[in-house]
Amino acid sequence: MSDAAPRRVIPIKVEPLSTLSTAARSTVLDICARLESLPGALLPVLHAVQESLRYVPKDAVPLIAHELNLSIAEVHGVVTFYHYFLQERPGRHVMHICRAEACQALGSVALEAHAKARLGVDYHGTTRDGAITLEPVYCLGNCALGPSLMIDQRLHGRVTPERFDALLAHSREAT
Amino acid sequence: MSAAGSVKIFVPCDAAALGVGADETALAITAEANRRGITVELIRNGSRGLLWLEPLVEVDVAGTRMAYGPVQSSEVAGLFDAGFTTGKPHALSHGATQELPYFKRQERLTFARVGLTDPRSLADYLAHDGYRGLQAALAMKPADIVACVTASGLRGRGGAAFPTGIKWKTVLGAESQQKYIVCNADEGDSGTFSDRMLMEGDPFVLVEGMSIAGLATGATQGYIYLRWEYPQAKVALESAIAAAVAADYLGANIRGSGKSFQLEVRMGAGAYICGEETSLLESLEGKRGQVRFKPPLPALQGLFGKPTVINNVISFASVPIILDRGAEFYQHFGMGRSRGTLPMQLAGNVKHGGLVEIAFGMTLRELLYDYGGGSYSGRPIRAVQVGGPLGAYLPESQFDTPLDYEAFAAIKAMLGHGGIVAFDDRVDMAAQARYAMEFCAIESCGKCTPCRIGSTRGVEVIDRLIAGENAPKQEAILRDLCETLTYGSLCALGGLTPFPVISALNHFPEDFVKPVRAARAAG
Ligand SMILES: Cc1cc2nc3c(=O)[nH]c(=O)nc-3n(C[C@H](O)[C@H](O)[C@H](O)COP(=O)(O)O)c2cc1C
Ligand code: SF4
Ligand code: FES
Repeated sequence: MSDAAPRRVIPIKVEPLSTLSTAARSTVLDICARLESLPGALLPVLHAVQESLRYVPKDAVPLIAHELNLSIAEVHGVVTFYHYFLQERPGRHVMHICRAEACQALGSVALEAHAKARLGVDYHGTTRDGAITLEPVYCLGNCALGPSLMIDQRLHGRVTPERFDALLAHSREAT
Repeated sequence: MSAAGSVKIFVPCDAAALGVGADETALAITAEANRRGITVELIRNGSRGLLWLEPLVEVDVAGTRMAYGPVQSSEVAGLFDAGFTTGKPHALSHGATQELPYFKRQERLTFARVGLTDPRSLADYLAHDGYRGLQAALAMKPADIVACVTASGLRGRGGAAFPTGIKWKTVLGAESQQKYIVCNADEGDSGTFSDRMLMEGDPFVLVEGMSIAGLATGATQGYIYLRWEYPQAKVALESAIAAAVAADYLGANIRGSGKSFQLEVRMGAGAYICGEETSLLESLEGKRGQVRFKPPLPALQGLFGKPTVINNVISFASVPIILDRGAEFYQHFGMGRSRGTLPMQLAGNVKHGGLVEIAFGMTLRELLYDYGGGSYSGRPIRAVQVGGPLGAYLPESQFDTPLDYEAFAAIKAMLGHGGIVAFDDRVDMAAQARYAMEFCAIESCGKCTPCRIGSTRGVEVIDRLIAGENAPKQEAILRDLCETLTYGSLCALGGLTPFPVISALNHFPEDFVKPVRAARAAG
């Protein structure tokens, strides 16, 4: 008998069909091995996966479930519950525009419309050139200097439509 | 002390300052100083909270900090030309920071060090009265620490205003091998940023406050549940924790006392509901953030089923000064049953947005005009939302309400986490009411039907109401729906969404009337 804890969840498919690349697969496995002993490891694991792969691929879900001794439904449930986890591969940059009240008071509704028109996408969409994925966010803690947005974890305040265009041009140039 | 011949210059590394170019300003200062052969000691402090002046650059002139702002990188060469390194005047100068009325009239207790010190330096923290609260606590019995916090009158700053000492007492009294201290750093309310400013500007005070909570209750493991939207705060907290561990302020043997306390930062993933304490605990356990039924109280069966203290950032950060200066010192501030100070946050369409820490009791109007300076746009302030997305919209006639938990409850409003969002006269209050319902639909944890489905129906009813489709009937349905939400929701997300909706409808009924809207749109 092995002294490993008994599996709480019996996987239906041990090796589910997967389109994950070998590299992505080993990234996910490494992350699980590194973090699985943390109490409540699932969120840290998902954060690490998204940090490495830029999203949580659908085919990573059964793998994570197997490694953490959880059901696929549990992992899927968590990935879909939290707005931050992306299920599709995003563009080169992710832009989060604040939709919350303090930014509304400073004109974020107009900024939102401007952004969608400039990018030619709605929320959760990626521009045709693959440069930007647009996401909504509900407050960035910059409520005195709105309207606010974040590009790849970098905050920008007092974003007028002109400043938006400059930031966009800058992001498109950057790789 | 700065080295001879070197000038001490402060440029904040607070996220709000970075968002308007503080990094670029700091780089320009270093480059310009090099070019001119001036030796500069550049310190990246937290924000002083005068956010409309960010990036606010301060120069130490014979021990007095002179303020210049807002300083864009393009302005740096001009400042050097004017001689700002010796405190000379310039179009952007404001004199000594500590003499600025916005700053001078505040009562900075919890935020005493924010903006003043280098948030990465434990030595600076210690030089500014840091860890005196923990020193005092180490010499006390757990029950006495709890009694001190209770006597201070401190009530939770996360929104519900529950007495902190009473919560700690329950956890102290609970029998368990393992107990936890959890800090709620999810700060989801729009219009609030005090948690962020504190964590970025003085992370050690939060670490100290949580350590004291550990000593008070016998908990040895702490978690800070931080929203992903605050990456700077994560860096600041993790570096403070590492410094505290290295100096034995955290770890298995705190300052040789034999007491143990470990601390870890965990990131949220963008769910407003995870600010609700039981949902937060579910999330920490690696699950969907679904709200739990109470009882059991988290104090008895919290994280992983163990007794857990869960408090807001500002609640924990207020504890060190209470232990250091005594309960009476703290309790002396405030009015009625609201004791101590509350860091208010002026946000939205306000000219002088920022952080104002004052004792309870000042009126909303004083805060909006004496501190806030009126609206940013220069137009009249028409409505103010206090207490986040679940807070009521207040019309001008209620601006004289004092900032006090009970006074706000009396007008069916709430102070919450102290966020104040001002709107000018261009605001469409029907759109705000609709957004409140939409937000509830987006962020609902899905456990209760009125919140999960009713919020979507609420959006539709408001759409029909403003389209004038049998308006009296739609209004009746909307009010009825709000009543169902109020009484049929497990937590305050569903339960309080009616606050912004009904207050908008009651105080600004004209915004919901089709012909009035049409006339306004036509100008
Ligand atoms: C929908 C909802 C969101 C909340 N969000 C937060 C939050 O972001 N931060 C916070 O400290 N408390 C929040 N709370 C309050 C917490 O449930 C809880 O009362 C608080 O963490 C207790 O700490 P305190 O006593 O120090 O205030 C929220 C409550 C609800 C119902
Ligand atoms: S009111 Fe809404 S958020 Fe709160 S428990 Fe019910 S469904 Fe979840
Ligand atoms: S409301 Fe937009 S940053 Fe807070």
